[in-house]
Amino acid sequence: MSEMIQICVTVNGCQHTHTIEPRLLLSDFLRHTLMLTGTHVGCEHGVCGACTIMLEGDSIRACLMFAVQADGCDIETVEGLGTIENMNPLQQAFQQCHALQCGFCTPGMLMTCTDMLQKYPLENDAQIREGLSGNLCRCTGYTNIVEAVRVVRDRTRESLP
Amino acid sequence: MKPSAFRYIRAQTLDQAVTALAQSAGDGKIIAGGQSLVPMMNFRLINPTVLIDINRIAGLDRVDEQPDGGLKIGALTRHHTLETSDVVKRLFPILHQAMQYVAHLAIRNRGTIGGSITHADPAAELPLMMRMLEAQITLVSVKGTRTLQAEEFFLGALTSAVEENEIVTEIYLPAMPTQAGWAFEEVARRAGDFAMAAVGVILCVTAGKITEARVGVMGVADTPLRIDDAETILFAQRCDATTLDAVVQAVLEAIEPSTDLHASADYRRHLIAMLTRRTLRQAWLRATGEHV
Repeated sequence: MSEMIQICVTVNGCQHTHTIEPRLLLSDFLRHTLMLTGTHVGCEHGVCGACTIMLEGDSIRACLMFAVQADGCDIETVEGLGTIENMNPLQQAFQQCHALQCGFCTPGMLMTCTDMLQKYPLENDAQIREGLSGNLCRCTGYTNIVEAVRVVRDRTRESLP
Repeated sequence: MKPSAFRYIRAQTLDQAVTALAQSAGDGKIIAGGQSLVPMMNFRLINPTVLIDINRIAGLDRVDEQPDGGLKIGALTRHHTLETSDVVKRLFPILHQAMQYVAHLAIRNRGTIGGSITHADPAAELPLMMRMLEAQITLVSVKGTRTLQAEEFFLGALTSAVEENEIVTEIYLPAMPTQAGWAFEEVARRAGDFAMAAVGVILCVTAGKITEARVGVMGVADTPLRIDDAETILFAQRCDATTLDAVVQAVLEAIEPSTDLHASADYRRHLIAMLTRRTLRQAWLRATGEHV
């Protein structure tokens, strides 16, 4: 075993300090060390998007980063978006539009959608689909996910002054 | 799918990084965005014993417009920064266009230009852009600094001229010629995937004649290619139907694409021919306002 390193990260507003091996992937740190199993692990080489989380406000693949690299960083996972009793607007839209079936891709989809809604105008479905292209879903055919993103985009625009 | 053990060094300065790299005697790897390195480590295709993290080195991610109209890009500049940079869009619109094809947002948030060109994937957009824009690439080691032209930099598939003790620190793009028309197009299986084929064209036109032409292709060889014969044909010509045919022919004669899981060699040749025609027309239109 290699040298252990202590890291301190803030995840969904809570500080965590742990001593870990440098080779521990951030995805495994979240799931196995912090027991935050909302972040899913699919391909472990950056293709499927299931492990997408927010690091310092930007979406990233948690399987393509070592936990040790996140020392001092602010992380948000799907557990930080909302609760079953109190879902955030994007989660509500996913529920209303039936934008999930088995749910495996959903945590990554939600984090990806959160980032693309904050970074891009998403003026048409083509742009929404391009934004989703890094996340694989084998149930929905994507159409209902596109619809959910459209709903949130339109609500956000309506609420602007 | 878990990497083997390594020692982790977080470099705070470039000096610390190159010193650690020298001390690891060929068994160390630099990690920047990690978007190509970590998959290879997860698959255990590479097993560095020392991993040197340069993400916290200050000042390596600057994008600075130069007085000569060129651009200096720090090696740690993220793809998403280049994708959305106003100065890139203004000075190098072809680079702005190519960045729209690079991977997916979560990858672009993390991946860096230094990492992409060091990795030298023959189907990646940035290596082709380095060739198209005739970039000068600065490399630093404990022994000093050297600068390579893009054409000396890409040696083969996943092989760049970066030595095991060196780090790419900066990319300088010389100013685009004035009055230049440009175009870049790519075909991939889905948005953000590596290209099956892509073509870039830059045409400088003076008094109705092409004074400089750059034609680059990727996805069809071990490295991105500039097609010298096509550029020679275009010189001092107008872009008309005859010239278009001759250029497409020259490009097809210069490439020997291979068949793989993603596309057959014939299909790649078809794509390159179609994309060459399309990008030449678009670049000529941008330079002259004329449709071919």
